[in-house]
Amino acid sequence: MRVALFVACFDDALFPATGRAVTALLERLGHDVSYPPGQTCCGQMHWTTGYHREAAGLARAFTAAFEGAEAIVAPSASCAAAVRDAYPRIARAARDAALARAAEELAVYELTEFLVDVLGVTDVGAYFPHRVTYHPSCQSARTLGVADRPLRLLRAVKGLDLVELPAAQECCGFGGAFAMKNADVSVAMVADKVRHVRDTGADVVCAVDNGCLAHIGGALSRLRGGVRVMHLAEILAGTGPA
Amino acid sequence: MTGAPPGPRTPAGAPGARGEPGAGAAPPKFAVAARAALADTGLRRGLRAGAAAVRERRSAAPEPADWEDLREAGRAIRDGALLGLDAHLEELERAVTEAGGRVHWAAGAAEARRIVTGLVRAAGAAEVVKSTSAVAREIGLNGALARAGVAVRETGFAELVAQLAEDDPEGPAPYRDRARIRELFARRLPGAAGGPPGDPAALAEAARLHLRERFLGARVAVTGANFLVAETGTVVLLESEGNARMCLTLPDTLICVAGIEKVVPAWADMEVLLQLLPRSASGAPMTPYVSSWTGVTAGDGPREFHLVLLDNGRTKALADEVGRAALRCIGCSACLDVCPVYERTGPAPYGPVRAGPIGAILTPQLRGVERAAEASLPFASTLCGACADVCPVKIDIPEVLVHLRGRVVESRRHRPVPTPELVLMRGLAWTMADPRRYEAAVRRGTRWARLMSRGGRIRRLPGLLGKWTEARDLPAPPPETFRAWWSRRHR
Repeated sequence: MRVALFVACFDDALFPATGRAVTALLERLGHDVSYPPGQTCCGQMHWTTGYHREAAGLARAFTAAFEGAEAIVAPSASCAAAVRDAYPRIARAARDAALARAAEELAVYELTEFLVDVLGVTDVGAYFPHRVTYHPSCQSARTLGVADRPLRLLRAVKGLDLVELPAAQECCGFGGAFAMKNADVSVAMVADKVRHVRDTGADVVCAVDNGCLAHIGGALSRLRGGVRVMHLAEILAGTGPA
Repeated sequence: MTGAPPGPRTPAGAPGARGEPGAGAAPPKFAVAARAALADTGLRRGLRAGAAAVRERRSAAPEPADWEDLREAGRAIRDGALLGLDAHLEELERAVTEAGGRVHWAAGAAEARRIVTGLVRAAGAAEVVKSTSAVAREIGLNGALARAGVAVRETGFAELVAQLAEDDPEGPAPYRDRARIRELFARRLPGAAGGPPGDPAALAEAARLHLRERFLGARVAVTGANFLVAETGTVVLLESEGNARMCLTLPDTLICVAGIEKVVPAWADMEVLLQLLPRSASGAPMTPYVSSWTGVTAGDGPREFHLVLLDNGRTKALADEVGRAALRCIGCSACLDVCPVYERTGPAPYGPVRAGPIGAILTPQLRGVERAAEASLPFASTLCGACADVCPVKIDIPEVLVHLRGRVVESRRHRPVPTPELVLMRGLAWTMADPRRYEAAVRRGTRWARLMSRGGRIRRLPGLLGKWTEARDLPAPPPETFRAWWSRRHR
């Protein structure tokens, strides 16, 4: 299958390993991966911060960059949600029928949706001999409804010891600009998230959103928490001794 | 009566609980007001315990099989009520008048306060009993009555505690801390010190004895309303303590104050709403007291019935095709119970209208977004969506939050001096509109960020980003972006 990679601006600059992992994983599964060079940012940040005109401009550029793609795969639930859930709203707010139509044409999938629903795989042949816990990001769990797909993929990873995260459904407090605009509340939230993560005794906390992971990881790093954050794709890309 | 009654959450000292709204200094932004709340350990403990208790009650009484159908029906009923609001309100006025009551229309808070104060004066009362009412808080009714020389006797447990604490020599205190409430009662309610510390039954009994006298002596009562049934002119009130029923039945004059959006077309609609509200309010399948009151009846209950219908920004909200969803609200507070922000800040930073996620979308619509306090409310959310999941009338709160954020940004777009944020966001959009510009900017940003880092981490950032590094690190960006890696690989 021909897969067009959608690598969020945030991931491009701060977490390039995630995009490389998705490339390696999909190629290992026998698919043809491309990276449309016209992509920059989906406009999520502008939309959720209230800069709706600017978001519409970025959404138009995004739909042009991915026009005609068979399947668009994003290792970021919030960016996939922006395209799938917010673009129709962005188009409505901008009264732009052409954008609404263009957005409707886009077949965008969050990585675990694509693996489980489109490719029909849960065992991707990965090996990762560590204790891991999973944080279901709000956009993946609520907006996209990926449900237990990430967990099914994790359970099939050889050597991986999956431990349940207490109060997993509670937001980590990132929320994009919220982390700055309401820094104190945001920190109060991530403090509890970090406590739950550390209570699991996991070596690694993973998610399908590097935004949340930057937040949880940023707090763990400041506290020398002794737990690593990793995007789920990087775990799935790992292969070990044959 | 319980120690933690359901209903609108207002602890002692919520801004606006006393004075007139908008009076005095400008209220602070959410983030500023939240700081004091976050530092209040007693409040934090109470909020955590409250949220845990509701979660427990909810999981103990699982949702009925037709819950999703009920939510959809509730949404449709409330939407229908709002769609034909003008007609339903006229029908309501006709029905109330026919039943011997009187309807008063108040365009704004000041007019509503004037009407209620006038009615109390006309009844010749120096004291009113009052049950919990979000609208009374919204319009600053208590302050207005006090200024008119009328003593307001709060009869809801939480409000009674707040009122006793307000002018307590020991200073404003408790939220739901039983030990502190017991001390307060011992000081303020004669003969109420009995019972072991922390015994909710003893506290309830003390409040009950105190309130009984107030009820028996009262000539005028002021209440809110959960629903107004247009076809019969009936006020419907749900509560867990029984004090509102006393207010509805004992005094000679009954004054109900309600927002115009509380109207529902028909009695049949109550079938759905009376299933949705109790479970969403407290996690319990039923509410202890459901009272309904229609006009006046000779020899039974109040001899005068007044219904004060308040607009105060609601018509404006109704004209907003996204924002109007907020008016569907049936006041259950389920969104507060699941909100991770509210669980840490409590109600005070949201201001006097409504707290929690619903307050964040209702207050800016009712009061406008000119002031920093109201303008900050739509941003007081991570958009996690937990609220939308539980809303019994399916208000898509994150959608309205984002919509209102847009309104705040638009209202500030054409200022003579642009905000730093506008400059930044415009600059970012311009940069990202072109892949080459974007690439160059990321290259520059990466170089700069790597210079700021030590050991792969950035511990301090300047400007707006400094808020991030107050308590969190940022990983240093790797030297090669994904984009650069891709083009190197495909050269």
